[in-house]
Amino acid sequence: MKPAWKRPPALLVLEDGTVFRGFTFAGQGRTLGEVVFNTSMTGYQEVLTDPSYKGQIVTMTYPLTGTYGVNDQDMESGAIQVEGFVVKEYQSVASNWRSTRGLAAFLEEHQKIGLEGIDTRALTRHIRTAGAMRGVIATDTDEVAELLEQVAAFPGLNNVDMVRHVTCARPYLWRSGPSAAGTWDPEHRGYRVAAVDFGIKYNILRNLERVGCQTLVYPAATPAEEILAGDPDGIFLSNGPGDPAAVGYGIETVRRLLGRKPLFGICLGHQLLGLALGGRTFKLKFGHRGANQPVKDLRTGKVEVTSQNHGYCVDLESMREVPVRLTHINLNDNTLEGMEHLEIPAFSVQYHPEAAPGPHDATYLFDRFIDLMAAHR
Amino acid sequence: MLINSNPATIMTDPETAQRTYVEPITAEAVAKVIERERPDALLPALGGQTALNVAVQVAESGVLERYGVEMIGAQVDVIKKAEDREQFRDAMTRIGLRVPRSGIVRTLPEAERVGQEIGFPVIVRPSFTLGGTGSGVAYNREELMELAHLGLDASPIHAVMLEESVLGWKEFELEVMRDRMDNVVIICSIENLDPMGVHTGDSITVAPAQTLTDAEYQKMRDAAIAILREIGVETGGSNVQFAVHPGTGEMVVIEMNPRVSRSSALASKATGFPIAKIAAKLAVGFTLDEIANDITRETRASFEPTIDYVVVKAPRFTFEKFPRTEDLLTTSMKSVGETMAIGRTFKEALMKAVRSLEIGCYGFTDPPPDAGADTLDQLRRELRRPNSKRLFQIAQAFQLGLSVAEVNRLTWIDPWFLRHIEELVELEQAIRAPGFLDDPEQLRFAKAWGFSDIRLAELSGSDEETIRRRRAKHGIRPVFKLVDTCAAEFEAYTPYYYSTYETEDESRPNDRRTVAILGGGPNRIGQGIEFDYCCVHASFALRELGIESVMINSNPETVSTDYDTSDKLFFEPLTREDVLHILETERPEGLIVQFGGQTPLNLAVPLERAGARILGTTPDAIDLAEDRKRFQVLLKDLDLKQPANDIAFTVEEAVAAAVKIGYPVVVRPSYVLGGRAMEIVYDEAMLREFMATAVHVSPGHPILIDRFLENAIELDVDAISDGRLTVIGGIMQHIEAAGIHSGDSACVLPPISVAPAIQDEVKRQTRLLARALNVVGLMNIQFALQGSTIYLLEVNPRASRTIPFVSKAIGVPLAKLATRVMLGQSLEELGFVEEVHPRHVSVKEAVFPFSRFPGVDLLLGPEMKSTGEVMGIGANFGIAYAKAQAAAGYDLPRQGTVFISVHDQDKAAAVAVARQFQQLGFNLVATRGTRDHLEAQGIPARLVLKVSEGRPHVVDLIKNKDIQLVINTSMGKKTSSDSYSIRRTTLLYNIPYATTLAGALAMAEAVAELQRGDWDVRTLQEYHGLT
Repeated sequence: MKPAWKRPPALLVLEDGTVFRGFTFAGQGRTLGEVVFNTSMTGYQEVLTDPSYKGQIVTMTYPLTGTYGVNDQDMESGAIQVEGFVVKEYQSVASNWRSTRGLAAFLEEHQKIGLEGIDTRALTRHIRTAGAMRGVIATDTDEVAELLEQVAAFPGLNNVDMVRHVTCARPYLWRSGPSAAGTWDPEHRGYRVAAVDFGIKYNILRNLERVGCQTLVYPAATPAEEILAGDPDGIFLSNGPGDPAAVGYGIETVRRLLGRKPLFGICLGHQLLGLALGGRTFKLKFGHRGANQPVKDLRTGKVEVTSQNHGYCVDLESMREVPVRLTHINLNDNTLEGMEHLEIPAFSVQYHPEAAPGPHDATYLFDRFIDLMAAHR
Repeated sequence: MLINSNPATIMTDPETAQRTYVEPITAEAVAKVIERERPDALLPALGGQTALNVAVQVAESGVLERYGVEMIGAQVDVIKKAEDREQFRDAMTRIGLRVPRSGIVRTLPEAERVGQEIGFPVIVRPSFTLGGTGSGVAYNREELMELAHLGLDASPIHAVMLEESVLGWKEFELEVMRDRMDNVVIICSIENLDPMGVHTGDSITVAPAQTLTDAEYQKMRDAAIAILREIGVETGGSNVQFAVHPGTGEMVVIEMNPRVSRSSALASKATGFPIAKIAAKLAVGFTLDEIANDITRETRASFEPTIDYVVVKAPRFTFEKFPRTEDLLTTSMKSVGETMAIGRTFKEALMKAVRSLEIGCYGFTDPPPDAGADTLDQLRRELRRPNSKRLFQIAQAFQLGLSVAEVNRLTWIDPWFLRHIEELVELEQAIRAPGFLDDPEQLRFAKAWGFSDIRLAELSGSDEETIRRRRAKHGIRPVFKLVDTCAAEFEAYTPYYYSTYETEDESRPNDRRTVAILGGGPNRIGQGIEFDYCCVHASFALRELGIESVMINSNPETVSTDYDTSDKLFFEPLTREDVLHILETERPEGLIVQFGGQTPLNLAVPLERAGARILGTTPDAIDLAEDRKRFQVLLKDLDLKQPANDIAFTVEEAVAAAVKIGYPVVVRPSYVLGGRAMEIVYDEAMLREFMATAVHVSPGHPILIDRFLENAIELDVDAISDGRLTVIGGIMQHIEAAGIHSGDSACVLPPISVAPAIQDEVKRQTRLLARALNVVGLMNIQFALQGSTIYLLEVNPRASRTIPFVSKAIGVPLAKLATRVMLGQSLEELGFVEEVHPRHVSVKEAVFPFSRFPGVDLLLGPEMKSTGEVMGIGANFGIAYAKAQAAAGYDLPRQGTVFISVHDQDKAAAVAVARQFQQLGFNLVATRGTRDHLEAQGIPARLVLKVSEGRPHVVDLIKNKDIQLVINTSMGKKTSSDSYSIRRTTLLYNIPYATTLAGALAMAEAVAELQRGDWDVRTLQEYHGLT
């Protein structure tokens, strides 16, 4: 093995011409994406495999990454979803009893580039002040001008449907993992939840299973009628990547599902619900990505520390005319974090009660969904 | 309203609270304060274990109920539930968590039964022994029986706790806060480099936790929150410790503290989240979402800090002060201080922590050049036994080719930590290759891994300045980044910086007048928070003057490293290299070095040479006072008297010098603080023995030899000078005779038995010296008074350990005035032109760490051993001394039996002491020699056998609680094992004791006052007419 001070160089070029020079610890070639930062100090494996990061290059603000390796349990989907991974210092020695391999090997398995050795705090501060922006990681060239051209040609995420890249190809039943079955299990006595997969995280499915549901996961483009034909007890709208406004078919599906069955949405699912109800979404300057966002439950007055990952947000103002009640608000920037419909059984949150990574303060929402289904069964 | 007996803290400044009681933290004193003040509530959860214990006593005595005082932060039942092992275990079981299996046994058959239930290996811990004496691990029944037998014998309550062994498990801590709305947040996670088996205070610890996945961390977080709710901590901060099996991930709860702790302080500095401050607000009813985050301004306290750097805390040890104690780390804490370092990587933070320790190491150290198989074998043995040099031993093990796997087997330290150390060693080996550092990229790489210029010079056969110049040539210098609680997600307003080798610099130098203050670094014996107190006052004074203050320090246990004490805080090692980087960035007009103790003084000359302007007394004057030869010349010029003295570079020179001076003599190596390796020797044999060890202590430095002034009274003078006028802060008379280190001696202000004419002469000499040394700022002088002859022992033209005590005794903030003086104001302008003569008496007493150190002797000597101090204030000496004793933890008896045993030289003087106690109604018991002498003087005393004379002997009497006070003096190192065992038993049974006759006399006066009863409590504000 080469000594640590002799590493292959690589660079990150942002659309505004900012260049960060570092080294690769995994993969080679080039990769394009919207560059965002995540402030969680743990959970890089969950971040890497979270489909909501599709189209994005992620940097972790915590400088050491790879410390506990990668294991078989903490996957949030079947693959690495981020386009590229940027860290301050890659940890070559993974130490944890569940670890099956190192982070570098994991990235290479999925042909992803890992960049290390850059001032990730400077990168974070740049994104914070200038906003999330497109960028490219390259290991094969040092030609900044050429890379800048490539970045300029990259469409980014605005008005682009990223969901189609991550949704499942056909319906599947969740049984401690994706199963081959594509229909309900008649033996199962629990609530039947139809989950629309806009890029669903496994831990949502694990949580639904934990509270006793059987969940049938549908591709995002499944027509509402087909979902309703399965006679579920409730419908779940999943998280997912990119611009909600670009997922027209999803908005349409939600519109058709409204009022038909109890409905629970998380993240992109929450945004699609907002749009389906006639609201608007907007892009946050640099988004909320981390595991320490304080959210106040307006019903109880209690604060929960939440896991978040979103670049878009439902505009609070746009919901004034809609018969919904604001249920949760972000204490950092007072943005909309949760709502419930006053007339039909539907509620949603912008943040991630399933955590992974992040605190478990909000898992009660899954129980709330059960209660809602119970009331309308 | 505050109650605290520690004068060295900022909190006991009269400006901090509205009403400040510098009174003992005992149930009796607290009850008196409550009776007098009728407060609404009592908040004990911020004052550590002492406060919690006393609060429980006060509550149980019914005082709170009687006066309608509410206990806030932690209720009595909550404290008990957290601290009582049985209750805690039951509580944990109720919420589905596990604590290590354990049981208390009182007989051997019980031990056998419980041991079998727990399963081997089992930890055997005798109850209430000191420093973990008698603890051990039993791997089988036979070992268990043996350890239990010894343990039952060693325990004063004849009980032994058997506990399931979790030795070697990973150790974690979470700092948790809860408000009255049941909002709970985790402020910080900490992972210990040293696994279970070493006290957290003695472990190198790292924040945040490193080797847990998110799933595992969240499980621990859930558990911590559940524990807080189950134990019932309603508001405030708590700390929960966990152990995790490295192979299976099984998690057990070790303990929880329903209060802020040492770890909370560390967590506050590590994250920028002020736990204690917020805990206080929560205790009076605020909720987390109502409190603003000072650092970001726009966010609230109801969040979990996220950090984008690594924090390493390293303990500072002082085993060399306690030669009878083995350098072995156990579950009983031995460190006396700690340092914290921040870096962008673990390696950088670890290397910064090593040099922050100020133990003469600027990186790892090399094994002996002739290291062979023997060295390796010895290293293997040492690695198995955790000790203060462990980190260095691990690095040497890697240098000598041991693998991570083997070191992990020997130490149980997680491979992740070990691999980082191994990588650092690998880089060291590469640097040894000629030319490696000529490559600027490689030099930058080494700096980014935290290497100091000094260590790079050692490795590459160069010198610090050459490395520094090479860096300058290639523009290789650190940048400064902010500690902001949020990993840059929000803009931070609080200027709390650390250095790192990165690209973006966030420092914000400006055009304001700026002064930098060098702090004291890690606490150690001889350099504690007294110096931090002075640094903080310097900062306050600068703020008042409208000058920007820049604080540089590495000690997380201080007020100076609170982010809001100074205008800018640099949490950095106090080395020339690290300080110069800050000076180059901030370009202060001057540097204050005279407040932080020896640490900044050692840097004064190198920094001045590098172009820094030192404010106040010049480094040259400081050197003049410390350089024996130069100082002697000065004293001769001034016609001042010094005890006869000499310097020796060899054993023979020393012997000759001692003969010329005349025994007894005080000997010590040059340039030390805290009297390290200082000793009084009475004859040539002792001298030769000392030379054999002391020369080894500091090679290349001469040995200083002074005439020892027997039975002299020692005086300490603190003064302030603006270069023209010198004003005496106070004269302190030591209780113990000269020969006991001034830091260990109790003292009284004003003096109680020094004639006014002598005091005037002492003041004259003080003014003379201040003028001669051109002191601008503070100065401390130690005098010895033998008969009416005044000897000058030592002059320190800088802040002394006693500045906070004197400031509180006279009601004048001396350090603050000194800062203004250093910036050019005159004492006249400041209105401090005359000595203050308080009407009350103030006593300072030293606090010792003896009970934590197995085997250590209580005898005092010229080598400092105390780790802290307390203050007692009263209308007369007796009550002030009694309060100081109570504050130091000694409950002086009002009646009972006094045991007296003194060495021959003290026999005559012991008579007066014995008579005093006799008159106070005490019974006397004495060993044969002392008894005979007392009887001959007409004082009846009962004979008691020495341990070597048969039974029942004095130790039996102490164990049977038949003795309430012990007076036992001994001469020099010639301590018989008899008197040693008496003193150890005294300590074990927490009986008040005096090891000097002067101390015993003071105790008699104090007892007389206590017998009179009705002593009162009063605030500092009242004493100084501030209300």
